[in-house]
Amino acid sequence: MAADTSVQLQQQPSKSRDLDKLLLRPGNLVGPSFEPGAELRDDLQKYVRVLVVGAGGLGCELLKDLALSGFSNLEVIDMDRIEVTNLNRQFLFRLEDVGKPKAEVAAKRVMERISGVNIVPHFCRIEDKDIEFYNDFSIIALGLDSIEARSYINTVACSFLEYDSDDNPQEDTIKPMVDGGTEGFKGHARVHRGVPFDPDNPKNMKWVYDEAVKRAELFGIPGVTYSFTQGVVKNIIPAIASTNAIISAACALETLKIATGCSKTLSNYLTYNGSEGLHTKVTEFERDKDCLVCGPGIRIELDPSITLQKFMDLLEEHPKLLLSKASVTHRGKNLYMQAPPVLEEMTRSNLTLPLFNLMGELPKDIVHVNGMTSKNDQKTSCLRKLRVVFKGVDGVADMDTAGGA
Amino acid sequence: MYCKIFTLAQCRIWGDQGQAALEKSNICLLNCGPTGSETLKNLVLGGIGSITVVDGSKVEDGDLGNNFLVDESSLGQSKAKCVCSFLQELNDAVKAKFVEEYPDALIETNPSFFSQFTLVVATQLVESSMVKLDRICREANVILIFARSYGLTGFVRISLKEHTVIESKPEHFLDDLRLNNPWPELKSFAEGFDLNVQDPVAHKHIPYVVILVKMADEWAKNHGGRLPSTREEKKEFKDLLKAGMVAQDEDNYREAIESSFKVFAPRGINSELQQILNDSSVEVDSSSSDFWVLVAALKEFVTNEGGGEAPLEGSIPDMTSSTEQYVNLQNIYQAKAEADFLAIEQMTRNTLKKIGRDPNSIPTATIKSFCKNARKLKVCRYRPIEDEFNSPNLSELQKYLTDEDYRLSPFIVNSSNLPELQNIAVGIYILLRAVDRFAANYNSFPGQFDSASLPEDLINEMCRFGAAELHAVAALVGGIASQEVIKSLLSLKLRACIKS
Repeated sequence: MAADTSVQLQQQPSKSRDLDKLLLRPGNLVGPSFEPGAELRDDLQKYVRVLVVGAGGLGCELLKDLALSGFSNLEVIDMDRIEVTNLNRQFLFRLEDVGKPKAEVAAKRVMERISGVNIVPHFCRIEDKDIEFYNDFSIIALGLDSIEARSYINTVACSFLEYDSDDNPQEDTIKPMVDGGTEGFKGHARVHRGVPFDPDNPKNMKWVYDEAVKRAELFGIPGVTYSFTQGVVKNIIPAIASTNAIISAACALETLKIATGCSKTLSNYLTYNGSEGLHTKVTEFERDKDCLVCGPGIRIELDPSITLQKFMDLLEEHPKLLLSKASVTHRGKNLYMQAPPVLEEMTRSNLTLPLFNLMGELPKDIVHVNGMTSKNDQKTSCLRKLRVVFKGVDGVADMDTAGGA
Repeated sequence: MYCKIFTLAQCRIWGDQGQAALEKSNICLLNCGPTGSETLKNLVLGGIGSITVVDGSKVEDGDLGNNFLVDESSLGQSKAKCVCSFLQELNDAVKAKFVEEYPDALIETNPSFFSQFTLVVATQLVESSMVKLDRICREANVILIFARSYGLTGFVRISLKEHTVIESKPEHFLDDLRLNNPWPELKSFAEGFDLNVQDPVAHKHIPYVVILVKMADEWAKNHGGRLPSTREEKKEFKDLLKAGMVAQDEDNYREAIESSFKVFAPRGINSELQQILNDSSVEVDSSSSDFWVLVAALKEFVTNEGGGEAPLEGSIPDMTSSTEQYVNLQNIYQAKAEADFLAIEQMTRNTLKKIGRDPNSIPTATIKSFCKNARKLKVCRYRPIEDEFNSPNLSELQKYLTDEDYRLSPFIVNSSNLPELQNIAVGIYILLRAVDRFAANYNSFPGQFDSASLPEDLINEMCRFGAAELHAVAALVGGIASQEVIKSLLSLKLRACIKS
């Protein structure tokens, strides 16, 4: 039945004429999870949801590239409004759009031109959405121009990771991310993927643990991300529109490879240097096992009597965290929120209660903490994952110590 | 007004002159599938002057799935017309035209059509048309850029007889201080300083340029006019500098030690520039380009006034010094640069007169920029496509064929010069040509190489692609092609690339 459909589809005039060659035909240089067929193409349309973060030069290109690469369920988030100076590199915007939210105009323009694609715009800051919003997407694609925002999303994606007893992340909790960005005259594009394969890695299914990239080396931020592909474009001649186009296209291609396994993805850091001739290089980065962001989380041992307020004070003093103005969540439940005022008021009474009780009297569990941390005298917002272990409670005597505080 | 604001950001990047060059240019696109459409989209956003889109096909369903520049209302209409009207919408200042004709036919029947353009972007052409178009464009002196997307592979190839670059803007280039070969004014300025001055404040404010000129001079006196060249000599020289310090915190001496390699550098011009001066194009006549007229003047300067050196660049880096002495030093360098420039300007005017051109036909600003960048001139020449196809560089190809890294390479580098190819590019390069041959002649496959030496998986992959033009690949190839267009129009350094 399925085979019949695919033959028929190939004969009929079809919008996916070119994409079908890649998705319907078997190949030898594909990912191990690749199952060619019309079903793959249809599943891509039906079930894969991609969030594009940023609707600027890169975000606009990304939306267009993804919409024309077989993805039908897209959402885009951006807090900015269109300015006149955006027009020469953000091809979705026209003069009459100046002053309107980028996300809304970008979504509308792409939907107008490509039928069958649905794009939901979100005109807000990335921090305004709760963590669960991000967890709903199969893949997150970033087209941001600030390190802080990129770092924040990275932390959010890593916060979904759950670990097995060996401190190895569970595959189904890995959130693939694609990241593109430009900083001044340079740009970069990177992909974090979550499809389990790497033929060049003898550890086969463990590829993902070995492959993650050390972000800190690139941006000086204390983050590391899972299995993460990255391209850096250095352009001494920044032909703005075309640089965005190159980066976004590379990201969209990797996204398609991740989602379908239709070709081998790169492993795992790509540099692209166009300053003298054109040179590219692929380097394999390894995950930092002690990373604050993607690791199993900082282990904090607490007395069961300790209150939420006391716990938050500890976070401020903790040398690895130095985290102030904390908002604390446990399994999606708000234990304390700094903002908005309504939530703050609702959760204020928790401050005097023991954390142990607030966490359902579990001997140990993960809590997420959102707050401000200072680095090089600069305050940045951050999200940290903590493994809270209560002293003297049953079942924790032989607990893991790796990555402990 | 709209247009002014619109392009302001990039004017800051390549300057008003560069923007003017883009606005003046007239570009022809052959085939407006996604590869061609994306190339032009980027260029039109950048403010290119005029475009002509050539495509004979009508918009089909499949085009809606890979090309953003057509939509459902375009079905059945001329693709060239639809793409053209979208591009016009993007920037109403661009002069957009379309020709509803198949490029292959146009190349065959109307070769003179192409001579009206500054640059032709030829996308998705097969080998035989590439060869013909290349001949036509070389003849007419039109810059030609090929772009091709094929499944998950593709390439961008630039073709023009010669590309000369004055402002090549290399990332790392040694400053031009002439410490190893100071001219008389710099020497006498240095002589005005006493390295043994008793006042410690004065001692630590002697500019390092002065320290090095004096120390090098002294060294040369004791070594038969030579400067340090062996490792031991270099070490000895640095030790002498260290010994000259009177206190630990003397930044000027620290700078001198760090910069001592500038004294060790060979005198005179580098080999790359020497090669340009030796080029036969230096024998200028009335048909010579401005670049070669300037090079002829430069050659004359190097042989005579310059005493083996190119004109001085004239700027100096920051260094520890009193403000007064720094300004004095700056003036000395600037005066020398100005004198060198005037000499070259005179030689240029004379040369122009000699070859029967208006002596003022090269603007002073161009000569000035030429002098400032004389050490960094670049000349790129591109092989004709026909030569590349008919007499490939076998040994280079074989060398790269043995590289098994192809699996890892998402981006592959190509250029007209095969030695610059990296890793798997060759495998794909050969296969891209093979598919064209296959299309042209079903029973032939590239016979120049043992097919067993090509990874079979890769061959399989190319067949799987079935000439698909995927949007993301097309956007990538188109992005690179449009960068190449901008760079070639701005006379910046060119490059080309394949991707997979």
